[in-house]
Amino acid sequence: MVRRLGRRKFLIYGSATLGTTLLLKACSEPPAPDTTGEATTSDSAAAGGNGDTIKVGILHSLSGTMAISEKSVVDAEQLAIEEINAAGGVLGKQIEPIVEDGASDWPTFAEKARKLIDQDQVVSVFGCWTSASRKAVLPVFEEKKHMLWYPVQYEGQECSNNIFYTGAAPNQQIEPAVDWLLENKGKQFFLIGSDYVFPRTANTIIKAQLAELGGETVGEDYLPLGNTEVTPIITKIRAALPEGGVIFNTLNGDSNVAFFKQLQGAGLTPDKYPVMSVSIAEEEVKAIGTEYLKDQYAAWNYFQTVDTPENQDFVKAFKAKYGEDRVTNDPMEAAYIGVYLWKQAVEQAGTADDLEAVRKAAYGQKFEAPEGMVTMNPNHHLSKVVRIGKVGEDGLFEIVNETEAAIEPVPWNQFVADTKGLGCDWSDPSKGGKYKLKDV
Amino acid sequence: MLAGLLDSLYGGISIGAVLLIAALGLAIVFGLMGVINLAHGELMMLGAYTTFVVQNGFKSLGEPWFETYILFAIPIAFLVTALVGLVLERGVIRFLYGRPLETLLATWGVSLILQQFVRSVNWVMVIGIALFCLLFFGALWVLSRRADFPRIRSWAIPTMVVLSLGIVFTIGKVLSETFELGLTKPWFGTQGVDVTAPSWMRGGWMVELSEGSFQLSYVRLFIIGLTILCITGIYLFLQRSAWGLRIRAVTQNRSMSACLGIPTGKVDALTFAIGSGLAGVAGCAISLLGSVSPNTGQNYVVDTFMVVVVGGVGKLVGSIVAALAIGTINYLIGSGILALLFQPIEPLFDFFTFFATTSMAKVMVFALIIIFLQIRPGGIFPQKGRSYEL
Repeated sequence: MVRRLGRRKFLIYGSATLGTTLLLKACSEPPAPDTTGEATTSDSAAAGGNGDTIKVGILHSLSGTMAISEKSVVDAEQLAIEEINAAGGVLGKQIEPIVEDGASDWPTFAEKARKLIDQDQVVSVFGCWTSASRKAVLPVFEEKKHMLWYPVQYEGQECSNNIFYTGAAPNQQIEPAVDWLLENKGKQFFLIGSDYVFPRTANTIIKAQLAELGGETVGEDYLPLGNTEVTPIITKIRAALPEGGVIFNTLNGDSNVAFFKQLQGAGLTPDKYPVMSVSIAEEEVKAIGTEYLKDQYAAWNYFQTVDTPENQDFVKAFKAKYGEDRVTNDPMEAAYIGVYLWKQAVEQAGTADDLEAVRKAAYGQKFEAPEGMVTMNPNHHLSKVVRIGKVGEDGLFEIVNETEAAIEPVPWNQFVADTKGLGCDWSDPSKGGKYKLKDV
Repeated sequence: MLAGLLDSLYGGISIGAVLLIAALGLAIVFGLMGVINLAHGELMMLGAYTTFVVQNGFKSLGEPWFETYILFAIPIAFLVTALVGLVLERGVIRFLYGRPLETLLATWGVSLILQQFVRSVNWVMVIGIALFCLLFFGALWVLSRRADFPRIRSWAIPTMVVLSLGIVFTIGKVLSETFELGLTKPWFGTQGVDVTAPSWMRGGWMVELSEGSFQLSYVRLFIIGLTILCITGIYLFLQRSAWGLRIRAVTQNRSMSACLGIPTGKVDALTFAIGSGLAGVAGCAISLLGSVSPNTGQNYVVDTFMVVVVGGVGKLVGSIVAALAIGTINYLIGSGILALLFQPIEPLFDFFTFFATTSMAKVMVFALIIIFLQIRPGGIFPQKGRSYEL
């Protein structure tokens, strides 16, 4: 009779297997990629910019839930650094990126930011996606008087001396989208969003704006992150907008997929119920499925289909480096701009180490970006063109509207009572991050 | 009034059907066997990914075939997840019967492994696992033919593990270096994948009534039909087949059944496989409604346990009633219909309007369930009899 594998034996063999696996994994670890290799050689040379290279940090989530979105931003930043290096670098030196993984965990972001600043002595950091991770690293950058370039559109209500925001402020995405909808699609809005800080802040702004401009908010609803049951919401939309109307969507992540699939099933078609989204870009369209999103709208500063020579070069370079099936989107482009603006500021300041000088030199920097000309304002945000796109057959956006000129950023929201009449100007020491505008 | 009533009924049933089809497998695994399977959601996720693979296979076959892929995806998803469930039961759970705490931890671990597996699975990994199984179990089989096997097994097995692992890792490394991205590219990746319903299932059925019309989504109708089909199938299997009789016997009294010659080990494996297979069918259904990503299962696992506990552990009919009740209450509160009903009574109207958002409706449903379980801890249909301890 064959002896059965007992529980104790099972445990012994199990742990033996696990141990061996770990051992083998440790031994067979492939040679480290060249970034770390260079880091060890240049460690002795000097930190910061005194050696042959200038070290910058890249701090995004390469693992965890946010990795999906942040990985492509890292790709764009590395592309920009590679291009700059190929063209001769900054101040005659090559840029050396040090990539750290924030692991979708906000305390880890703060820890890694500290590590980049203290241990690696980088002269600037490009990073973060979620507002939560930005809020986590903000005290670190302020304490060390360091510099972060943040590439994502966000809810505003922040203006730090140590962060440059290259994504859109709310008045450069949400407000123009509402204006356009009021003009072209109808006066009655239903607001739907995920249940966390960005959608709630965004909807506060939208409601205030609609009240001021003669629109009407007929309903709003929030879905817990990850929830996929939207039947009650669809019923509410149908009850609130029996004849059709505008749906403003600030959902994030998986809920978007469920929302659009079930919206179509319930017969709420884009011709009667146009949906404007602010978190759906080219990559998300691919994941949700074009057949569910066709003819819906999104508001961004950049689409892959923007028709500028700079953008054609950017898309071509990106596809050549990362593959034909990849797409470019707004946060990636904003991250790409960030690296170039930093380079221009460093060149104008003539130094990469004196962060104060670089920061001052950054004000007023202009860059011919893929999305068009952008300008860095003294409030650390960019002036940008705003575009409305409509999802086409191929999953890319057809641009249906764009502002004639770049829109100036307003970080403190003028529709929200708490921050009405506040401004931000770091070029003037007497004003700083939060001062009263004169005319209010 | 009629339109409103029908609409509420339909809304409640369609939410309830999704809950029910997701909970049906668990009603068997947790309800009948008493195994707290936290990997249930991940089995659903595997079913959804199977649907994705089948869909892509049919896409390459061309147009008329693509329209029918869902009919093939359901049985294939059932088989794939039933097989995974079988491996899970034979490999892990059978060592842990009667120890709920350890089962809970082990299945939670399994759920994390399955999630990560879907994120990073590629050809090298699959070839490696298959090769390891072949080498290790092959060697074990060859060795077990030897007369002195009992004597050498204490050192032979660890040696075989190390040897086969070594071979597998070397081959894996060689493969990934020769073929690079061709073999090391993840199949699915971390980003969600896109399952598209066939075109006849998009859109819906317009219901015209005198005081208004509304549309019944075909996908929802399909899921309701699928749920009814699954329940009927399970009922017939448990009540009318020989194996169903054995399953019921083992559930009621394990040692007595064993005495009477019922192979309890086989019955356990079969029951668990069927429960897992139903999870796969549920995964196929939810892939038509929502997203398919490695985290898909997590969104459902709490809801499914809720349904089984409220319904009464061990009773299929309990799960059915509970799922429909939870679905309807959730819908009535979340869509604000309840608030409208109480419009004349000011404070009640304000109260229900406050809860009339999706996230607040969930809070309310959970609160109601807690209160309900205080009154009836055994659920809607508690198990009767003294042999059963909970």
